[in-house]
Amino acid sequence: MSKNLSVNVEFLTRVEGHGHIVVDMKNGKLNKCELKIVEAPRFFEAMVRGRSIFELQHITCRICGICSCGHSLASIQAAEDAIGFTPSEQTTLLRRIMLHLENLDSHILHIYMLAAPDMLGKKSALAMTATHGEAVRRALRMKKCCNDACSVLVGRHVHPISSTVGGFTKIPSEADLLEMKKHFSSIKQDLLPTLELAKTFVFPEFERETEYVSLTSDAGYALLNGKVKSSKGIIKDKSEYKSLTNEYLVPHSTAKHCKLSGDSYMVGALARFNNNYDMLHPLAKYAADELKLKPVCANAYLNTAAQIVECFHFTDDAIQIIDRLLEKGTDKSEAVIVGLNENEVIKVKAGRGVGAVEVPRGLLYHSYEVDDKGTILSADCVIPTGQNLANIELDMRQLAGMVCGRPQEEATLLFEMMVRAYDPCISCSTHVLEVDFV
Amino acid sequence: MSAPKVAFFDLACCEGCQLQVANLGEELLDLLGHIEVVEFRELMSEKWDGEYDLAIIEGSVTNEEAEEKVKEIRRRSKMVMAYGACAVNGGINGIKNKTPMEENGRIVYGDRFKDYPSMPTKAVGDIIEVDYIVPGCPIYPPEFLKVLKSALAGLEYVIPDHAVCVECRFNENECMYEKGINCMGPITRAGCNSWCLNNGNRCYGCRGLLSNPNIHGARDVMKKYDLDPDVILKSIDMYNAAAGGKDE
Repeated sequence: MSKNLSVNVEFLTRVEGHGHIVVDMKNGKLNKCELKIVEAPRFFEAMVRGRSIFELQHITCRICGICSCGHSLASIQAAEDAIGFTPSEQTTLLRRIMLHLENLDSHILHIYMLAAPDMLGKKSALAMTATHGEAVRRALRMKKCCNDACSVLVGRHVHPISSTVGGFTKIPSEADLLEMKKHFSSIKQDLLPTLELAKTFVFPEFERETEYVSLTSDAGYALLNGKVKSSKGIIKDKSEYKSLTNEYLVPHSTAKHCKLSGDSYMVGALARFNNNYDMLHPLAKYAADELKLKPVCANAYLNTAAQIVECFHFTDDAIQIIDRLLEKGTDKSEAVIVGLNENEVIKVKAGRGVGAVEVPRGLLYHSYEVDDKGTILSADCVIPTGQNLANIELDMRQLAGMVCGRPQEEATLLFEMMVRAYDPCISCSTHVLEVDFV
Repeated sequence: MSAPKVAFFDLACCEGCQLQVANLGEELLDLLGHIEVVEFRELMSEKWDGEYDLAIIEGSVTNEEAEEKVKEIRRRSKMVMAYGACAVNGGINGIKNKTPMEENGRIVYGDRFKDYPSMPTKAVGDIIEVDYIVPGCPIYPPEFLKVLKSALAGLEYVIPDHAVCVECRFNENECMYEKGINCMGPITRAGCNSWCLNNGNRCYGCRGLLSNPNIHGARDVMKKYDLDPDVILKSIDMYNAAAGGKDE
């Protein structure tokens, strides 16, 4: 069997952002095995310095179009933590719906448009329209439901308008809640055929012991609050995120790498599933059974399966929250008037704050330091894809040993699928790098 | 007649505008019946090496590779559309132009900043000739469809040159100035159906300034409501720093 392997994929397609895969193995020795991140840096941390904490989420959500609502929520949480503001119960519930919409929309995009073509032997979702037309239409319908519900709640999905520090500038009415419920119910209808389709997927076999990191909470499947948990037994408060992520620069990437107990760890749907399986909705557990997905699963290719399981959980949890809000009625007097920092309605004090939110690709941290006027002195974001990069490369190393000797095309596809399984968001991972002010 | 060959490209940006296209839902399928998408990296593995009838570019130019890339796209395209604030006027990528590039690098990458070269943000139209623009951060999908249809039909499309306030009034929103809040509406191009105002927020000027913004009028309004003009200057910088908005 040949001991040589050379894979060079320039501008990997069907991922968010720009990256290359480079693998070079000669006589069984791995000379190179990298996911090169070549996205042009955008210097976000430099942009936000000197700006008001009240307009910050407006800029930070533009780090990434797909993860826009997630960045917005992490940014707001960090800002509120810094000035010591506690959001109301209604605000927290509405934010949970917003996060569910974000996670659903992104998972559906990944499952159908980015991952499924590999499983079905197609170049793209467009090429799937001929053979799997109904599946493509279903995916577009589900995405449209997420978007339409997001438009009702926050004005739009890409760069949400009404969610801000302190709450929302527009509070949904009863009719708005009913409309959102209609969209979630429609998504729920489409999830069973999604599961049927996913049951036909043959995920490549792979196993590598991995450290999984996610939020965790006794109150439920942790997404917006709780402690940070590692499957290696570490539990820490989000304020200690620097010692949880341990970022370092590597030469071949404009994005930093991270590590915790070992040389790498994984965040994302599979990490959440592995760490918090017990807290999943029964329907989500049913979906996991159907997909033969059990915790702890150490096959990164199955991150896509974990995303499908999560879709069931998010949809049902959102419907439950809406029912609760419908029963109680929403309080419109809680609407935040923008520019209220100018009127000093929300008290501002100097301080530091951290936001930790489970977004589609895993745990996202934003951290800010503000002065007594609420002006940003320093900002720091640690992105899920950045946290996964070291782990992706270690998976690729093991894969190189496994596929060496197989036909070039087959080996290349397995590497592409491995990277895609993590659903990397390369825009995010380089657009936000740490700022250290002295 | 074969369907026009259309390609989507992205430079430094959040890729939110192409997501807006993907989010057109089943309308997207209708659209796909009339064009042949030959490149769209985020959604397709297929690549194309021939001529494009229409190249649709998102994102700003922030390095030499991108500058070369847009020049090559221009050479290979009959028509070019810049869509989204980043491509049309630099968008929020322009904010970094206010700080020396070396300082930006140091803030983000520390002593290793030289490994991550970057040049001041430019809009696509600063490098090549652009036939159509769709402003906004993100693009407003109904406007994108209108511009796209015009491009495919070979017709000119003129972006509105009146203030967002016109649309805001039609939508019966309470004026932000009446609430004592600064708003970019009076000097920003309409066409978004006053999207942010309809959702209780103010206008941040993402669509760019009017060709002849009534800055003096805006100053008078601010004076009347006892608001600080510095605040609005900073707001202009948010999306229009690369377009020279701060010179006003």
